[in-house]
Amino acid sequence: MKVALPTPLADYTGHRREVEAQGATLAELLGDLDRRYPGIRFRMIDEQDAIRPHIKIFVNRVQESSLARRLAPADEVLVVAALSGG
Amino acid sequence: MPGLRILVGTRKGLFVLKSDRRRRAWSMEGPHFLGQIVNHAVLDPRDGRTMLAAVRAGHLGPTVFRSEDAGRSWKESAKPPAFAKAPDGGKGESVSHVFWLTPGAASEPARWYAGTSPQGLFASDDGGRTWEGVAGFNAHPDRRKWIGGLQEAPPDGGTLHSINLDPKDARHLYIGMSAGGAFESRDAGATWSPLNKGCAADFLPDPNPEYGHDVHCLRVHPASGDVYQQNHCGIYRLDRKSATWERIGRAMPKKIGDVGFPMVLHPRDPATAWVFPMDGGTVWPRMPIEGKPAVYRTRDRGASWERQDAGLPPAQAWFTVKRQAMGADALDPVGLYFGTTCGEVWASFDEGARWDCLCLHLPHVYSVEAALAA
Repeated sequence: MKVALPTPLADYTGHRREVEAQGATLAELLGDLDRRYPGIRFRMIDEQDAIRPHIKIFVNRVQESSLARRLAPADEVLVVAALSGG
Repeated sequence: MPGLRILVGTRKGLFVLKSDRRRRAWSMEGPHFLGQIVNHAVLDPRDGRTMLAAVRAGHLGPTVFRSEDAGRSWKESAKPPAFAKAPDGGKGESVSHVFWLTPGAASEPARWYAGTSPQGLFASDDGGRTWEGVAGFNAHPDRRKWIGGLQEAPPDGGTLHSINLDPKDARHLYIGMSAGGAFESRDAGATWSPLNKGCAADFLPDPNPEYGHDVHCLRVHPASGDVYQQNHCGIYRLDRKSATWERIGRAMPKKIGDVGFPMVLHPRDPATAWVFPMDGGTVWPRMPIEGKPAVYRTRDRGASWERQDAGLPPAQAWFTVKRQAMGADALDPVGLYFGTTCGEVWASFDEGARWDCLCLHLPHVYSVEAALAA
């Protein structure tokens, strides 16, 4: 499925903002993303498997807080990173 | 190019000032990690080539980057410092940022240590490619008591820093914490003991507690093994024949006091050290006293101090020098370097007698490390 990523993560994907990844849940999808782009998961998800405070993940435009959220092949996943702070 | 490197970690990237051993002509390389926070960057003195940088981009998770070619290319750690996952239903901790990096002893060429916020200690045995928590500290049942809660932490979070090795015993480790105090381990991190006897903690109800102090910077002399410390309450020295710190800052001029953040030791002479006093009155401005920056040097183990401000702005200079933003090279005479929150890097090539500004207009400087490149 398609995963849209924010610019702060562009170094991991060769500056591609939209990439493909697979998984039956958000957790599996993020694991697949990390296999394709090593290191990218930890920048979004902390060691307690929590989404970092200024990262938001949307599935079909609905914000999700649980990595257990089940996914279907046609779902669209959007990751947003805050740029606040100056 | 062999020669001297000054690694300048800033709020917006890493810059490298380059010169040869004569230190007359300088060039700047960078920025590396443009726009990202670099709390600390270190060139490995064991090979003069490997560099590690503690990096965090805005709101993204913290990581460590490694270069094997003196900064020409960088690769991210495959497993950055991270706390252990809590059992199901438990509340675990998350590393906010990697704050401090220390290379291991020459006898352990692949070992590195990292200190984090919140206060955690991590080690790598593969040159910084992967990191593991030092369980003897991170999982110690008293750790939470030592470091306190959020109310004891500085605004940017509590930090574990000032990781030092005893030059005579690589298993003997020292750390400093804000907050928490100084601690030591004599068994490579398996067990830890507070090391604060004699240090004031006048911000606590008990002014002489066993732990809970606010270490700003702690350094172990590479020859003698004696320990110097700048903390929230003053400047201290611990002779390793003793277990009690002596407040050597009492010899500073009264109107200057002995508050500051950095602590720099002479690489060969155990009696010589430098500090950068700052205003710790009222609301703690943390800037040069009366806006007149000066370095102070002792050459007698803190029995007396001399002001070294030649070349520095004579007045109206309002910057801060952070705890890891001042260091020394190993040349003769010793070169000293400090970076400011205004983005300046100042240098002295005669052990502090005269200061010159090496560069202006960098971002807010977080760290300054001098090292010789192979």
